[in-house]
Amino acid sequence: MSMLEVKNITKSFGKVEVLKDVSFSLEQGQVMSILGSSGSGKTTLLRCINFLEDADGGQILVDGECIFDGSAEKKLTAKEIRANQLHFGLVFQSFNLFPQYTALENVTLAPKLLAKERPDYKEKKKEIHAEIEENAKALLARVGLSDRMNNYPCQLSGGQQQRVSIARALALNPKVLFFDEPTSALDPELTGEILKVIRDLAQKDVTMVIVTHEIEFARGVSDRIVFMADGVVVEDGTPEEVLDKSKNAKTRAFLQKLNEN
Amino acid sequence: MDFWNVTLSLLAGLENTCLIFALTLVLALPLGLIISFGSMAKFKPLAYLIRTFVWIIRGVPLMLQIIILFYVPGFFLGQPIFTRFSSVVAAFVINYACYFSEIYRGGIESIPKGQYEAGQVLGMTKTQVFFKIVLMQVVKRILAPMSNEVITLVKDTALARTIMIVELIQAAQNFAGYGLMWPLFYTAVFYLAFVGILTLLFAYLEKKLDYYRW
Repeated sequence: MSMLEVKNITKSFGKVEVLKDVSFSLEQGQVMSILGSSGSGKTTLLRCINFLEDADGGQILVDGECIFDGSAEKKLTAKEIRANQLHFGLVFQSFNLFPQYTALENVTLAPKLLAKERPDYKEKKKEIHAEIEENAKALLARVGLSDRMNNYPCQLSGGQQQRVSIARALALNPKVLFFDEPTSALDPELTGEILKVIRDLAQKDVTMVIVTHEIEFARGVSDRIVFMADGVVVEDGTPEEVLDKSKNAKTRAFLQKLNEN
Repeated sequence: MDFWNVTLSLLAGLENTCLIFALTLVLALPLGLIISFGSMAKFKPLAYLIRTFVWIIRGVPLMLQIIILFYVPGFFLGQPIFTRFSSVVAAFVINYACYFSEIYRGGIESIPKGQYEAGQVLGMTKTQVFFKIVLMQVVKRILAPMSNEVITLVKDTALARTIMIVELIQAAQNFAGYGLMWPLFYTAVFYLAFVGILTLLFAYLEKKLDYYRW
């Protein structure tokens, strides 16, 4: 059974159809990259799957369980949406760290709030918090930030901020981790450290979907590459199939353009 | 009338000034937040209603509002329902809450959407996102305009004398009846000291929130 199955997602903003029948599925431990020029609908697709946008139609299944059905008459309640969002983690292009909290607090904030809903929270508050902090410190160590845990985002470089935000997303143990152009807001010399972290996660079998413009990185890290254009999945295959042997004119034109730059 | 007696009388007037000031702040700060939510409501009729209310309150002189609140209910009901003091406080609270609400609104709307979205995808409720993420950032952003309003409030309290409440200015004015003018000028010292303390307090708060930037 697929870890994530996206079926026929459609989304329009006013009269503009941004996503037209987008489908793909992802197995446990797989890494999939989504390529495509700006305006092709990559980010909107990620936002729909993460419930930041309300898709107009289609279905989303996690582990075989349907969490979104566009044809359902009843809209999802805020509570259901929240529960659904916890299946996924999302790393934003612009990091979106909380500026008033330290790196460590950024990572522990959501798990601590979530722990309040546990039935044994009152009795075991101290142990639960200690456990959350322990886990957060381990995650920050994993992204190489053990020595910057108590710094505020404004004291960190862009690359370090993005690594904190990856740790923050991992802290809730998402089944699938999404990256929305994680290196686009970074200086070129800082993209390497982010790509290294993602490669490292891929080796540990974290299921990931990465929207990126870094072709060579995508080739190296992905099991599959999806190429999107004008709200449609144009190609879906191994890196080799899509990047080297593509017969599709749109894909070739896109790759050509990137090579020229 | 020696200097010492005048000072004591003015201090007695200052007590009312301080009371109006403190009560207005304590009540108008939360009320302003509620009004700002109303003015940003997704339910448009409510938003328009609240915005019209804010327009009226900000558009009519505070002095007139004090008079209306004190005299008009009494005119209809045959007897005043509010004491002088409570009508003054009510007028101040409503008036300042409306000004505060616009400052809050500006602050809240200046927080990037990404902050809400980051909280949302981390499974936080709307309430948690507001109180744990947004509010602290709003406070930092609105500190400077808030200090302006709060300092204006100190001096606006003098409007309470419109309906015979003896605050600082009125206390000094009473001496004018005896031909003594200097106590009136002397009140400036009290206002300056009051505002001086507030200025220091706001500088302290600003410094306290200076540990992070965007």
